[in-house]
Amino acid sequence: MTQPSPNRWLHRFAVLTALATLALIGIGGLVTSHEAGMSVPDWPNSYGYNMFLFPPSKWVGGILYEHTHRLWASMVGLLVIALTRWLGGRASRKPLAIVGLVEVLAGLVIFAVLPHEKATGGFLTGIGGMVLLAALVWFRNEAAPSPLPQLGWLTFFIVQFQGLLGGLRVVLFKDQIGIFHATLAQIFFVLTCLIALMASAWWSRMANPQPATRNPQPSLLPSFSTLQKIIFATTALILFQLILGATMRHQHAGLSIRDFPLAYGKLWPATDPASIEHYNAHRIETTDINPITAFQVQLQMVHRIVAVLILIAVGWCAWKAWRKFSGPLAKISVFWFGLILCQATLGAATILTNKAADVATAHVLVGALSLATGAALSIIALRFPQCAAGLVSTEPVSGTSNAANLKGAMDVGSAGEMPAAR
Amino acid sequence: MKLSFALLTAIGLSGFAQFTNAADITGTVTLSGTPPAEIEIKPLENDPVCGKMHSGKVTTEFYVVGANKGLGDAIVMLKGVKAAPAAASAAPVVLDQKGCLYVPQIVAIQTGQKLVVKNSDPSTVPMHNVHINPKAGANLSEYSTKISQPQMSGAADLDYTFSAPENFMKFQCDVHPWMFAWVTVVDNPYFAVTDKDGKFTIKNVPPGKYKIVALHRKASPEGVEKDVDVKDSGATADFTLEIK
Repeated sequence: MTQPSPNRWLHRFAVLTALATLALIGIGGLVTSHEAGMSVPDWPNSYGYNMFLFPPSKWVGGILYEHTHRLWASMVGLLVIALTRWLGGRASRKPLAIVGLVEVLAGLVIFAVLPHEKATGGFLTGIGGMVLLAALVWFRNEAAPSPLPQLGWLTFFIVQFQGLLGGLRVVLFKDQIGIFHATLAQIFFVLTCLIALMASAWWSRMANPQPATRNPQPSLLPSFSTLQKIIFATTALILFQLILGATMRHQHAGLSIRDFPLAYGKLWPATDPASIEHYNAHRIETTDINPITAFQVQLQMVHRIVAVLILIAVGWCAWKAWRKFSGPLAKISVFWFGLILCQATLGAATILTNKAADVATAHVLVGALSLATGAALSIIALRFPQCAAGLVSTEPVSGTSNAANLKGAMDVGSAGEMPAAR
Repeated sequence: MKLSFALLTAIGLSGFAQFTNAADITGTVTLSGTPPAEIEIKPLENDPVCGKMHSGKVTTEFYVVGANKGLGDAIVMLKGVKAAPAAASAAPVVLDQKGCLYVPQIVAIQTGQKLVVKNSDPSTVPMHNVHINPKAGANLSEYSTKISQPQMSGAADLDYTFSAPENFMKFQCDVHPWMFAWVTVVDNPYFAVTDKDGKFTIKNVPPGKYKIVALHRKASPEGVEKDVDVKDSGATADFTLEIK
């Protein structure tokens, strides 16, 4: 049950990857907020140039956002390849070599057989080359503790798939792909955060905790179990909310409801054809000029309702955790509630500023942080309920670990339930 | 001598016949109701290159309302008239990109008629990217591989010809997301775009009874339809589009 000591530099590198991913989501948010997704119409080339050689003098208008997004995404891809190699240890060299070789060969075949897809072939060859390079790195480091290598591989495949989705969104002109691309970005960010969390010294200490500082009251057991479930359900609800948000943003129709807290002056706006015609006749937009539809109005109303539900649920979690438990659970729950309050404010500001690009992008970023916090809290509460509830200390200890003494408790705890009072 | 006289007579008669067989429909489109205020195009004004090409404020032009509430940029067309597509020799219509704006923003062409998209912007604006959004199946399939076409500064004009009628096909620039134009493709030669005072003239309409429709992208995208009886002396058709 004891966890090996974490590698401090691995943790820092994982944090760097998560931060780079968050920045990538922010740049992606700017792309959508500025309606710049199609400003570079080809992919993986940029106006016929190799992406990395596209002259900065041509980074004008929306190209600035879209091209920066592509370059930053490439950097995140490299970070993830390196992270996968680091997490997987020397055992990852062989699979990396196989994947890299397959990608290089596939790229060369495309390059040779499909002349009009030369850019795609070149792109695939380039990615494969980077993967091969990672495989050739000779460090014979040990693999990180499970499930970190597996999570590394998951992010490895997702980041490549995500890059492909971004490219297909451009060349196929499909907004639906944009919605999926945005949603997968959020999930990918959560994964990088979880890797950073699990590679931390704090996670290791939670796996090797101090003896119980106080005995849990039997009356708290159902309360903790309920809290676990609500945290998990709320995190799922936040993911659903982010999907709704991505769907709204990729309609390119601006705000379907422009007032807040009411909607067209009512608690629930009319969505009959005459009302929609009226709304459209009175909308004046500069960039998001597609006419709105009844579906879009209803979508924003659902988004508002889900926002209220999330606010209530996270508020309840924070209050419950703060009142009944101490330790990380209480602290992170309160932080989570702060994020949700901030997010609700940004949501209202997005409407009141007529979807100002910086405000709307901040709304996307805080949404990503809210999801990642919920996911981290869910996993901590599920995996280390005693530590989460502050019943055992996670402070660094000198000397031998007390893990053996706690084995029974943790075995029960890892199943998601609190041990009975001893 | 006799031959010449006969020829002149024939030419004169044919000219007269043409005159009597072609009349104009004139009229005015007015707006009922108060339109929303136009807004400044801030992204254009804030753009480091495009913003410098305008000295004052640049606003949207969704509702061009002139004298006596005449509504500019409305499309007026005859409906249900059987006509062949425009000949290849028909004069093209020009849609220009100037000052990082489409000029004009509302255009009407006939099926088969060439639409020429120019880029008159200086080299300080390295490129525009003409992105069309056809909805009619035939237009979509004709341009499926040319939906988005970059047009560098000083590059050749882009030509478009559409075979299916379609109202308000959106043209946009993907580099400058505030740039829009709407092109209406009509399946007969009898159409016009109203001027800033809402006035229009549809020329050379053969006498007869027709359905005539006036559309506006915002006030009435589906249009208001009425009957018009075109005599040898022409006809008048006035419309009132209501902003609800």
